[in-house]
Amino acid sequence: MDGVRFLLTGDTSLSVEFGDEISEAINAKIRAFQIALGDSGIPGIVEAVPTYRSLMVHYDPEAIRYAPLAERLRGLLGRLDQIAIPPSQVLEIPVLYGGEMGPDLEFVAQHAGKTPEEVVGIHTSADYLIYMLGFTPGFAYLGGMSGEIAAPRLETPRVKIPAGSVGIAGSQTGVYPIDSPGGWQLIGRTPVRMYDPEREPPILPQAGQYIRFYPIDRAEFDRISALGSGYACSAHPRGEVGA
Amino acid sequence: MSITVLNPGLLTTVQDMGRVGYQQFGVSVSGVMDPRSAALANILAGNDMGEAVLECTMMGPKLRFDRACVIAITGGDLGPTLDGQPIPGYRALAVRAGQVLGFTAPKTGCRAFIAFSGGLDIPLAMGSRSTDLKAKLGGLQGRRLEKGDAIGFRSPVEALPRMADRALRPEFAPQPVYTLRAVLGPQDDAFTQDGLRTFLTGAYTVTPEFDRMGCRLSGPAIQHRQTADIISDGIAFGAVQVPSSGAPIIMLADRQTTGGYTKIANVITADFRILAQLKAGDKVRFAEVSVEEAQNILLARRAALNAIRSI
Repeated sequence: MDGVRFLLTGDTSLSVEFGDEISEAINAKIRAFQIALGDSGIPGIVEAVPTYRSLMVHYDPEAIRYAPLAERLRGLLGRLDQIAIPPSQVLEIPVLYGGEMGPDLEFVAQHAGKTPEEVVGIHTSADYLIYMLGFTPGFAYLGGMSGEIAAPRLETPRVKIPAGSVGIAGSQTGVYPIDSPGGWQLIGRTPVRMYDPEREPPILPQAGQYIRFYPIDRAEFDRISALGSGYACSAHPRGEVGA
Repeated sequence: MSITVLNPGLLTTVQDMGRVGYQQFGVSVSGVMDPRSAALANILAGNDMGEAVLECTMMGPKLRFDRACVIAITGGDLGPTLDGQPIPGYRALAVRAGQVLGFTAPKTGCRAFIAFSGGLDIPLAMGSRSTDLKAKLGGLQGRRLEKGDAIGFRSPVEALPRMADRALRPEFAPQPVYTLRAVLGPQDDAFTQDGLRTFLTGAYTVTPEFDRMGCRLSGPAIQHRQTADIISDGIAFGAVQVPSSGAPIIMLADRQTTGGYTKIANVITADFRILAQLKAGDKVRFAEVSVEEAQNILLARRAALNAIRSI
């Protein structure tokens, strides 16, 4: 595959870099490569970490050394187009917008010259690609938000943002999976637990999937909250009509 | 319960070999800062090499044993005592119920590892007993040890055979300048030739900004070609990150899984045991090795460790 680079990241991992930009096409290649690697039976693979433009592969050099591993990975790259890649799942994430859950919705609306309802309409009308996870457990870097509702970060970050908060920073949107400090404009909150160490799997979103937000009311928020980790998020393959 | 914390020391946490498999979900690996020393402590105490240990930083804890156990302490020499009497590191020690393990002050190095025969009764969290302080995950309720904490032994072992043979030579020796061997990459091409030369010849000093996430160094600034920023990618243990200031930061056990700064090189696994023992004011320099050489060194070390295992 042209333009793919193998980068050294020490003696127990390497990074396979697919390009130098953030794009859905590059992300799709990384996803295909990660699936192919998982099915490859190459010995000694410990874990793989997808990011915007690369897949970091951790391995045990006792099972396979750098040079033979790089050769096998090159072989996989050459066969990527022959690998059946299942369609990405779209996770449907319910959000209670505005009010105490989304204290900055009014500001975002004013900034965009729209009503809060229009902001919610735009925010819930796109599938957001999960490029990668990082920063904290379960924090998804999403792409694809409309520039129409972009908003600057808070001048003074909040000390504590509750888990589940949905925010906007610049042209990015995302969900805080754990209580953390942060400077994003908060427009709502989801009762879904993106991260719960007691649950299997502990982390809901996966790189390569999409997230679609939909609005709920307070009663539905409370109902899902009460279910805790027992609530199963709906998901559908991308390209098919969701629930 | 089997041990009670009378004084937690500066920073004492439960750690094993780390939380593997969850980096793709944004979960840090954590784990001991010096896997080799922790493995040696476990071997001496009759455990599997990857059993959870207590990692102690600078000022060690004071622990009362409520039942007998065999322990071993490795890593830096933080001045261990039993009922106030100095005890040796790198040796299995039978501790009786009622005795108190303490530490006077650091003599060499920065971190010590205490292994307990039979292991600590700490639940697995996502496959590991390691404490992730930032995510409040694993270990003892995701936090450092505190006064009054009590921890049980998972499968208590009060005595081990051949105690006299359960001894090794301490490995860490202070040096005026520590050499850290490193494999260049992944972003060595983001630096000028001068920048690379500076990195490989300059003497760097460990700053007080040194915790389980990273170790910030001061010294000659490493020059970038254009920018210190990259599109975020993965970060390995020992990655030498160089932000726009040009001062390197070595990424350690609690590092974030991904980051957006250039990484000039990665310290080799065999030298993590030096890395874990550095403290503010220590001098280091970097020496380039190839990945093949780094793996030769690592595999030779592992073979030697497996030979010791048959104690």
